[in-house]
Amino acid sequence: MSVALNVNGTRYIVGASPETPLLWVLRDELGLTGTKFGCGVASCGACTVHVDGQAVRSCQVPVGDVWGGVTTIEAEGDARLSALQAAWTEHQVAQCGYCQSGQILQAADLLAGNPAPSDDEIDTAMGGNLCRCGTYSVIRAAIHDAAGRLREGGAG
Amino acid sequence: MSRLGTITRRTLLVGAVAVAGGAAFGIYQLRKPVVNPLRPEDGATLNPYLIIDQQGITIIAPRAEMGQGVHTTLAALVAEELDADWEQLRVLHGPPAAAYYNAALAHGALPVPDYAMKDWQRSVTAGIGAATKLLGLQVTGGSTSTVDAFERMRLAGASAREALKAVAAERLGVEAGVLRTEAGRVIAPDGREIDYRDLAEAAASVSVPQAELRHPNDWKLLGRSLPRTDMRAKVTGQAQYSTDIVLPGMKFATVRICPYLGGGMAGFDASPALAVPGVEQVLDLGDGIAVVASNTWAAMQGAEAAVIDWTPSPLPATPDAMVAQIARAFEEKPNSTMRDQGRPDEQSAGIEVEYRVPFLAHSTMEPMGATAHLQDGHLTLWVGNQAPREHVKVAADAAGIEAENVTLHTPFLGGGFGRRVETDITRQAARIAALMPGVPIRLTWSREEDMRHDFYRPAAIARMRGAVEDGRATLLDAKIAAPSVTRAAIGRLTGRNLGGPDKGHVEGAFDQPYAIPHYRVAGHLADLDVPIGFWRAVGNSFNGFFHDCFIDELAHAAGADPLQFRLDHVAPESPVAAGVLEAVRDLSGWGAPVPDGTGRGVAMVWSFGTPTAVVIDLTRDGAGPIRIARAFMACDPGLVLDPAIVRAQMESGLIYGLSAAMSGEITFTDGRADQGNFPDYDALRMFNAPRVEVAIVQDNPHMGGVGEPGTPPAMAALANALFALTGMRVRSLPLSRHAEFLI
Repeated sequence: MSVALNVNGTRYIVGASPETPLLWVLRDELGLTGTKFGCGVASCGACTVHVDGQAVRSCQVPVGDVWGGVTTIEAEGDARLSALQAAWTEHQVAQCGYCQSGQILQAADLLAGNPAPSDDEIDTAMGGNLCRCGTYSVIRAAIHDAAGRLREGGAG
Repeated sequence: MSRLGTITRRTLLVGAVAVAGGAAFGIYQLRKPVVNPLRPEDGATLNPYLIIDQQGITIIAPRAEMGQGVHTTLAALVAEELDADWEQLRVLHGPPAAAYYNAALAHGALPVPDYAMKDWQRSVTAGIGAATKLLGLQVTGGSTSTVDAFERMRLAGASAREALKAVAAERLGVEAGVLRTEAGRVIAPDGREIDYRDLAEAAASVSVPQAELRHPNDWKLLGRSLPRTDMRAKVTGQAQYSTDIVLPGMKFATVRICPYLGGGMAGFDASPALAVPGVEQVLDLGDGIAVVASNTWAAMQGAEAAVIDWTPSPLPATPDAMVAQIARAFEEKPNSTMRDQGRPDEQSAGIEVEYRVPFLAHSTMEPMGATAHLQDGHLTLWVGNQAPREHVKVAADAAGIEAENVTLHTPFLGGGFGRRVETDITRQAARIAALMPGVPIRLTWSREEDMRHDFYRPAAIARMRGAVEDGRATLLDAKIAAPSVTRAAIGRLTGRNLGGPDKGHVEGAFDQPYAIPHYRVAGHLADLDVPIGFWRAVGNSFNGFFHDCFIDELAHAAGADPLQFRLDHVAPESPVAAGVLEAVRDLSGWGAPVPDGTGRGVAMVWSFGTPTAVVIDLTRDGAGPIRIARAFMACDPGLVLDPAIVRAQMESGLIYGLSAAMSGEITFTDGRADQGNFPDYDALRMFNAPRVEVAIVQDNPHMGGVGEPGTPPAMAALANALFALTGMRVRSLPLSRHAEFLI
């Protein structure tokens, strides 16, 4: 019943049953704890990762159904993630920090399809990601900033 | 002044901490130096805040980092005097220890408003604060951390610097007075220099006279917005929270505790849980079960599958019956009348109204969790917490071992807001670890468990009477009923039954800087045993709403501009509070005509030493939903150590308050919370959060807190703006029950 999984470019064979949500395989079996559990019902976005380049709520995706490579906050060498992380640092976005992995992965998804989003487009795209510390205004600013960096760098 | 005599002779029940008979402690004990709890394996420790080894400098910031930036600001206090290189520092929470007592918890000890405290009263509270050293309460809360650490941690940095210089002077054969320090090195006039790392071991045993603290004009780190020490870890997924600890052979657990609060468990059938693939054990915790599995999801599936026979809650069966029980407190005589001016009973009231607020959950982003490992009679725990010494005691008790056999690590907190003072998660984790010795346990609560087993912000009712004459308020008479957070939470924390007047119960109402001739605030304690606790801004979170919204009603009744009306009544009492009203007036352009479809409200609440004023603009497009478009804030916390962190905390407190005021509500049916997850208990999201501007004023002669003061005025300003927009005076929260907001 083992499942093969590619996470951040590394191949894993996982022992969890195929219906186990990807979130718990990442956290409990692979030790990739940067992806967070917040609600279990796709309402907060803390568990957001990419599957095949697309943002998903990992609490809702059975590991057996994962259809492509998984990217988490721990990924290295991803130009879009790096630009966002640099912008997040520059704008000093994180407070408690618990939601920020999900916010960054969601923002990367936005920028992949829209290299120059407007405020409204950012607000709509990020609406599923809660932040109880209320860091929204700096998240928005950091996304604009990262988008600018990526456009200049030609990586967008 | 004669009141002081009557106060010190009885137990004083204060907003943050109870100190019984502070004078009984001997002066000797108070002056005794604290014991340094640090025992570094390598390198040297010069005082409880500093370890220097070959890797570099580590500063201990012994308060919970829950997002408020406290590790950054506390580290900067030491680094400023030490002349350490900011980019090279490591910051740790450090161990639980009496040395890390929080003396500022006692700043609110006297039953007088902060804004009106005399110098002698401030020195009396400092004396009570010194007594907290003996209680050893290492608590992160009450917006006190920076106030508490401001002198102590700078002194630690300064004395360590002088000790390092003394050793260097001997080695270089010069007088210490000619040496200077920079970026972790001692430098002689001839250019020779020695790295702190090579001096630390010798410096650890040098005793030096206490150095003078530097003048703020000479500060290099303090007063500036510094890069936060936790930022890189938090944007790369490397920051560790309670359930991010990876240990070999670890098992994954969750709990299901009786949701009918105050009820218990008559029995359970574990077999459906054990039938879930991955579930290994079901443990009896008395009032519920723990399920241990090969991953957290299996544990959660198992917990849901178990068939449990719950016993009922003793609480009133419906939300209405709960409110009625709180209202019954008005029939008893008040517990306190901390403001009592003029002759309110002889005044006829032009306005007589009732306000209500609901129970609220903390709903931190990180649900409660912990990691625990009992090995050879020693328990190691990782749990985000706001009171480590109390958590150690509870853990030891739950595991059946002595406190010295508990090692507690305080990792990052995924939000605190008061929730993680409570020790329930630690008790469970220690108990599970004790039932499975040798097996590391990662315990994670479901969101439903978290929301249904909170220590809630209490529901509260205010009955207000008021009158105006010739444009001025002549009467404000408030009675406030709620169960007492102070008694519940401090009782749990200290194991003491507290009597006496409860200041926390009326904070935010009795202590506001308004000149009103007939002015009374009475607190009535309700007998309702819902688990309640500290929630961001505590009593201010409901009293600020009651008091300020009623001021707004008085302004309207007087036919006055609401902001100018506040200024007219505040200026004679407190120029500092008037200053924030003026600042928010200027920042928001108050007074200019607002466009159609816009409603603008203002509020000002003085809490945790910091007056904070908020202006909210609501907009509505035709018959569409109401949008919280803009917020303007002005605060005066006195001397500001890190402007960016102050701004972030103000905005954070605002969003937290607006979220609660707009849609936050916990109700109970048969003693069980009706709300279990974010779809039932949501918060502002990016698309419905306002654009925020913050003005920081620094005219307050006393340093105040910043983590909580943004929350109370946000709630009131939102309701006042709704009145301005719709003409509808809503006196009960959440507002979404009365008006359609953008959600």
